[in-house]
Amino acid sequence: MAPQQELQVQQKREVEKKQESTIPVRQFLPVTDIFETDQSLTLVVEMPGVSKNNVEVRVENDVLTVEGRMDFANYGGLQPLYTEYNVGNYVRSFQLSSKIDQDGIRAELKDGVMTLVLPKAEKARARKIMVN
Amino acid sequence: MAFIYTDPFDALFALQRALDAHLASDWLGAGTAGSGGFPPINIFQKGDDFVAVIELPGVEKKDLQVEAREGTIRISGKKTIQYQDGASIHRRERLAGSFDRSFTVPVEINPDGIQAEVRDGVLALFIPRAESQKPRAIKIK
Repeated sequence: MAPQQELQVQQKREVEKKQESTIPVRQFLPVTDIFETDQSLTLVVEMPGVSKNNVEVRVENDVLTVEGRMDFANYGGLQPLYTEYNVGNYVRSFQLSSKIDQDGIRAELKDGVMTLVLPKAEKARARKIMVN
Repeated sequence: MAFIYTDPFDALFALQRALDAHLASDWLGAGTAGSGGFPPINIFQKGDDFVAVIELPGVEKKDLQVEAREGTIRISGKKTIQYQDGASIHRRERLAGSFDRSFTVPVEINPDGIQAEVRDGVLALFIPRAESQKPRAIKIK
């Protein structure tokens, strides 16, 4: 990729949910890259302003959910004068295939970017069937 | 208006509404390379001084430069994304490239007093108002 390419502003996409929350607080879909190698699937999720303590990654019913909460205490005593973007929590879910070793998922957060490495499961293990 | 944190959802909602209310307000004026560029900037007032909060996820500290001269602040740098060799890409939403943006605050500031802090992909610039610009209480005789 040409490094000289000029960066564009990406508008934040809001999460569309089946249920509405009772308060019109906005949640955003974090921008995500996904790539695959022989050993693993890697997800790179951008959540600026989210620290390690405020992030949650969980796997439930083969769905991987990444949730990052912003620490709005940092905005205490600040009065907006000019704004170009809004802030909020980030949520995004991904359906996992059975090829993923769910216990081996690793996550790392650096500069507001979370990298999740999802190792592929050992080749579908051949099962021995006992004959009685 | 300062935010009071009782119910976290209420507080976040209040903050989001306040940010919306000042969306691209004309405070920076039209004369600067103010809007439309990367990175997006939010500017707040804190007491007499200002705080600019800029989202730069994935930009390393060494790739980021901040310069200030009089009332103009320039933020430049580059964001690189590396994929492992031989990786097949399923989804590519993140953008990489270089950026260079400057903005001019419409009040006199003390450029030597600016402090920059980057944490979790967010750059915060603390911009002190020039001493000569600070309001003085006037004694009533």
